[in-house]
Amino acid sequence: MTASLPEPEIAREWLASMTLIRRFEERAGEMYARAKIGGFLHLSIGEEATIVGSARALREQDYLISTYRSHGNAIARGTPPERVMAELFGRVGGCCGGHGGSMHMFDYERRFMGGYGIVGGNLPIGAGIGLASDYLGRDEVTLCAFGDGASNQGTFGETLNLAALWRLPVLFMVVNNQFGMGTSIERHSAVTDLQRKGESLGVPGTSCDGMDVLDTHRVVSETLQRVREERRPLLVEAITYRFRGHSMADPEEYRTKEEVAHWRERDPIPQFGALLEAEGMLDDAGRERIEREAQERVERAVAFAEESPFPAPESLYEDVYVLEGQVHGRYHQ
Amino acid sequence: MSELRYREALNAALAEELARDERVVLMGEDIGVFGGSFKVTEGLLERFGERRVRDTPISENTIVGMGVGGAMTGLRPVVELMTINFSLLAFDQIVNHAAHIRYMFGGHVSVPLTIRMPQGAGHQLGPTHSHCLEAMFLHVPGLLVAVPATAADAKGLLKSAIRDENPVIFIEHESLYGVRGVVPEDPETLVPFGQARICREGTDVTIVGVSRMALTCERAAARLAREHEVQAEVIDPRTLRPLDLDTILDSVRKTNRCVVVEEGWPHGGVGANLAALIAEHAFDDLDAPVARVSGADVPMPYSKPLEDIAYPHEPQVMDAALATLGQTAGAA
Repeated sequence: MTASLPEPEIAREWLASMTLIRRFEERAGEMYARAKIGGFLHLSIGEEATIVGSARALREQDYLISTYRSHGNAIARGTPPERVMAELFGRVGGCCGGHGGSMHMFDYERRFMGGYGIVGGNLPIGAGIGLASDYLGRDEVTLCAFGDGASNQGTFGETLNLAALWRLPVLFMVVNNQFGMGTSIERHSAVTDLQRKGESLGVPGTSCDGMDVLDTHRVVSETLQRVREERRPLLVEAITYRFRGHSMADPEEYRTKEEVAHWRERDPIPQFGALLEAEGMLDDAGRERIEREAQERVERAVAFAEESPFPAPESLYEDVYVLEGQVHGRYHQ
Repeated sequence: MSELRYREALNAALAEELARDERVVLMGEDIGVFGGSFKVTEGLLERFGERRVRDTPISENTIVGMGVGGAMTGLRPVVELMTINFSLLAFDQIVNHAAHIRYMFGGHVSVPLTIRMPQGAGHQLGPTHSHCLEAMFLHVPGLLVAVPATAADAKGLLKSAIRDENPVIFIEHESLYGVRGVVPEDPETLVPFGQARICREGTDVTIVGVSRMALTCERAAARLAREHEVQAEVIDPRTLRPLDLDTILDSVRKTNRCVVVEEGWPHGGVGANLAALIAEHAFDDLDAPVARVSGADVPMPYSKPLEDIAYPHEPQVMDAALATLGQTAGAA
């Protein structure tokens, strides 16, 4: 079953968003190699269809919570790339003031609830957000994204069970990029058909082609609709692939160049671009404009990040606590 | 004022805060239908309903994590962990998430979550069920830590905890649940964090007692006065984060001697931290090193005679106090 394309303007916006994420991630990789970015950097190159297809299925009031590989999630949701790049650079202008870095992005205003360095750590939190929505009588739903590796973490079983028991409005999206860091799915999961992995816990699942933004959008939209109407959790497995290593530090010795090349033939961005061209929704000028605007936006993001100051030493202790309640200031212990 | 047991005072605090603020929601194992394994939540399900008092499966890490997520998006969850022993299963959500989210997300969100748990040995429950781990939580920036020893403090501090915007580790004690005390009835009487209670005034030695040990130290001080004419000043810190260090330092400047008494293990314990702080701030006022009385550096044994000597009682406190004065009890 193939999904129908959205309106041309919307379709082009999806392509533009994926392109922006791709160019951003490539540039972030370069900045990392130049030591402008420290720590770990987990790029989502190759996963853009999963990111944009799912983000575009959410309404403004819905929540999104993701993993440490979340620059794309934040940008797709609307966080300015400037704020994301500045966070990567560790500057005050970053979305977390430089306190979080690549693995801990956050944008409350746009209901992007993080950005988590612990594999599986975001699942209970996603369910808690669903609990709040349900408890407070609001109709928003939560999309909780995590990787195939996280499906083996204890929190997967605990959270899905509780979400099913309490009928929490959460869509659990397994972003199956075939690897838990350096361990392929056949070597880390006894059940590799991940859409079924939540069934025994009370959370039925479906899968989508995570390299196809149209299919991802269709399946996630339909599933979100069910979550919203039936007020219960569901699971979607997005089958995708990351073209780069787990992080910038990964020499990728666990997979062959042929395998990567095979998946690159299904690069979501040229694939969707070709579809739009075939449907008469995109011409050469349009394609060039999308590419140029993405590049320009990323350059502006880098410039903003470069100019944003580092946090002052005096700010080290800020925001550990909310003050003026039981904590009155930094105290000597 | 009325006289309530510690567990009844906690029950009153929960009931009052549930009535006061619609956003307060309780979650924990067997807190509803069973009334709580220590009966702290008895009657609350009947009164407030299952939307607000929720029995959970046995999933400590996830229950706490759900409390974190709920707290980030408008709720005031109070999570009960059946005992502090099981909090070890939830350490990822407590440390990496509850304690760190505000800071790592640049102050753009807060986590007004209270996590309640009782601790303590003395019922022959053996090594996995007898921990006193306040030092582990004290260690973590981003958490508040309360260790009330009296019914009044339990009620007042729990209300403060629930109303505060920060994540609170609220440590009760299994052996204190039945202890009675005078408790204010006014639902707006709160006990602030960072304010120690001077249980007994004295001039000869300062004794700081954590959680149940505050009561042990009060009894030890009475015996010190009666049997040895030593006037000890006993301080119950009530909260470890924030800690009322000033009250302790004022006392040490007066008495020149200090003993810290805790049930937890010695290395990296509350006493270790406090001894360092006192040495840093009041070195010239000390006539003796700060003494520590703590639980034995062993997993808690099951057999009664071993368990009895594996955590402090009055004689050990008295011995330590007298030793700082260059005296011995000869009684312990």
